[in-house]
Amino acid sequence: MAAFLEVRGLQKHFGGVTAVADALFDLREGELLSIIGPNGAGKTTLFNLISGLDAPDAGSVHFLGQDITRAAPERLARLGMARTFQHGRVFGNLSVLDNVLVGAHTRLRAVKPAVPVVGPLLEFALAAVRPAAVKAEEAALRDDAMRILSLFGERLLPRLDHPAFSLSYANRRRVEIARALALHPKLLLLDEPTAGMNPTETAEMQEVVHDLKRSGLTILLIEHKLEMVMRLSDRIIVMDDGRRIAEGLPQAVRNDPAVIEAYLGHRETGGAQQEAVP
Amino acid sequence: MNAWFDYTVNGFVIGNIYALLAVGLALIYGVANLVNFAHGSVYVVGAYVGWAAITYLGTPLPLTILCVVIVSALVGVGIERIGLRPLHGSSRIAPLLATIGITLVLDQIVQLIFSPDPRAVPMQVPEWRIPLGGGTIGALDLLIAGIGLVSAVVLYGFLRFTKLGWAVRATAQDSDAALQMGVDINKVNMAVFAIASALGGLSGLLVGMYYNQISPAMSFEATLKGIVALIIGGLGNVPGAIAGSLILGLTESYGIALFGTSYRNLFAFVVLIAMLVWRPNGLFAGRRSLPPEPMTGTFITRSRPLKVPRWAVVAIIVVAALLPLTGHPYLLQIGANSLLYAMLALSLTLVAGTVGQISLGHAALLAIGGYASGLLALDGGWPVALAMPAAGLITAALGTALVFPAFRLTGHYVSIATLGIGEIVSLVILNWTGLTHGAIGLGGIPPLEIFGYDFGSVESTYWLSLVVLVLLALLQVRLLNSHLGRSWRAIRDDSVAARSYGVVGDRYKALAFGYGGFAAGISGAITAHIYSYINHETFSASISILALTMVILGGLGNVLGAVLGATLLIALPEAFRDLAEYRILIYGVVLLLLIRFRPQGLLGTV
Repeated sequence: MAAFLEVRGLQKHFGGVTAVADALFDLREGELLSIIGPNGAGKTTLFNLISGLDAPDAGSVHFLGQDITRAAPERLARLGMARTFQHGRVFGNLSVLDNVLVGAHTRLRAVKPAVPVVGPLLEFALAAVRPAAVKAEEAALRDDAMRILSLFGERLLPRLDHPAFSLSYANRRRVEIARALALHPKLLLLDEPTAGMNPTETAEMQEVVHDLKRSGLTILLIEHKLEMVMRLSDRIIVMDDGRRIAEGLPQAVRNDPAVIEAYLGHRETGGAQQEAVP
Repeated sequence: MNAWFDYTVNGFVIGNIYALLAVGLALIYGVANLVNFAHGSVYVVGAYVGWAAITYLGTPLPLTILCVVIVSALVGVGIERIGLRPLHGSSRIAPLLATIGITLVLDQIVQLIFSPDPRAVPMQVPEWRIPLGGGTIGALDLLIAGIGLVSAVVLYGFLRFTKLGWAVRATAQDSDAALQMGVDINKVNMAVFAIASALGGLSGLLVGMYYNQISPAMSFEATLKGIVALIIGGLGNVPGAIAGSLILGLTESYGIALFGTSYRNLFAFVVLIAMLVWRPNGLFAGRRSLPPEPMTGTFITRSRPLKVPRWAVVAIIVVAALLPLTGHPYLLQIGANSLLYAMLALSLTLVAGTVGQISLGHAALLAIGGYASGLLALDGGWPVALAMPAAGLITAALGTALVFPAFRLTGHYVSIATLGIGEIVSLVILNWTGLTHGAIGLGGIPPLEIFGYDFGSVESTYWLSLVVLVLLALLQVRLLNSHLGRSWRAIRDDSVAARSYGVVGDRYKALAFGYGGFAAGISGAITAHIYSYINHETFSASISILALTMVILGGLGNVLGAVLGATLLIALPEAFRDLAEYRILIYGVVLLLLIRFRPQGLLGTV
């Protein structure tokens, strides 16, 4: 069986610096794979290569049996890949609800016809005229967006109309995840979903990700908070200096001397606590 | 053969003059990440200071040069103080818009002092020419080459060997790091503006001598030429700017030799667009993608727009509809003018505000619409009622197609590209005589008439414009409330994240420019039928800037704000007619004050 996501020999250099050297892994459907490693290990670059924001110097990526190496991000969105961003990229002037609705963009029927000129004109006409079918679709998307937003309890629901720039850092991260879920992704890439969150918020987020995983969603996770990684992951890849230095089950990785050396430092084994990245 | 030698010399001389401009632009871009649109004004100031010094004081050449350098440098320092320093920390395009405001103010001041008429600069260089290699070289050619060379050497020495020069280079590389190391960034910026402006002013003086004519109107062209040379060499690249200037000078000179003078500027702008599309980093950069975006985000200031209740909007429309009952033809004329400008502002507020593409060439859409409708009615024999909507559609299609190559650009580059495209449109209208009647313009355009009903009276012109504006505004609001509005604003706020969610930038930018083109095209068409005569200068670049001021005044992206901004900027100067002479000056000051104190506009950005 072809793997859900297949990464083969991916490389990326910036000038003389090797950001990603020969990344190689498979992701199975329904699996949660975490990528951990110290800052600058190349995790986010790897995400960018997979999600089409950056082009690899060598190697290939296959998703659902299709070659998506160097594919444009908009094509990946249509294929069902959604991602969040390390530093948070919500649409600042859009309301919370609109942010989530943009996430559902690829599901809109008006957006589908990719025929040049005719497709956009049709889309324009539908937006201007708005027949009953379009209204019904929009209403359904809204309901779906509300359902997704309610995953975060009362955190976002009272702020539906607030512009995203007015939200707290933690809420912006939640909006980003809600936006990603609105795409109804087959594969979700989460880049440090709990960065800047306090322990309570982190625990909540862990719960959300756990539920997503239980619902069968395939997830690739970058995270610094090891406790969360150990609890959620089916498998873990540890990166350092662009290379994979270990891979395996959480327990195995936790006790791997190379990992302890590179990631946790020399002092402790496994007890290293979360480093909060502001 | 002889002629080609002369053309080459001419190309190098013009290139040298451009280089004096472009080097300054490159230095300023280097330290301040700013394309200084006021640079052409400094050039004009330099030319007029030189003229005044020679005419009134009878200064010999070295003293003239000294006067020009000192005054221009002081103007440069002023530009830095007003246009750059107070805007530290605001969005990256704010200083660019501020320099546009400054250029309006400076050009107008020069015009008020010296009158808009061209002047001849007395020649201070002997008239002899040396025969050489089949052609001739004059003393002025040598002087210009000499000044270019000396400036380059002095500049190199300054940057390489003085402490302030090091600070300039450090700031250009990384201004934050330079600041941390104790470099006084303000002092560096001031020094750079002074040097750049001194060179720019000198350039103006030399041009005045070379063509034996100066006028305040040459400011805009000088800015554009400097920017083209800068883009050829790569933004912020000083040696590149010199090379780019020489290339531009030679291209123009040979182009004139082959095709004639009226094509001169066309070459510059076609080269500009080609560079932006294929080598946005300049000829001398490695083939990489755009440099790290100097201005993420746009001029959109985060604000909560003022909520205007529905009844208030209805009330405004009713009052506007009843205005003709006052029976005041002059008032209605201003009213109709405001309405036509409001359509242009609607178009620009969508493109610049909602989608974040600050267009500086929007008047070109008016020109396309006006010419399309005029030509269809005049040469095609179409009824006006059909010609106008057709003109709207033609403008939508043509406008979108023209800007399409620039869709992958962002920030400053978009503004520069749209400016260039606007100029290209105007030059094509001037030169494509077979279609557009060329320089003679389009006369005898049939008056407004829809299915037999004559809209020639002021009242009916006004009502027609009002109906069209209200329909366009309502449609725009409807679009903004649909998924299109959300997608447009998503692209503006973060184009990278938008792409990752399948919002294809090109498609939605094209839709915005298409709709914007339609609205502006209709406005241009109505204007053409009212005026009955238009030419390539009817819809000049200053209208683009005026429209941008309206849109910023109302609040970017704000539909009601666009209408309000247009009404205020058209009606208020009429209320103070004694100040008519100062109108452009007032626009410039308004723009500057807005950028500084209320970037979100009156009604707030959406």
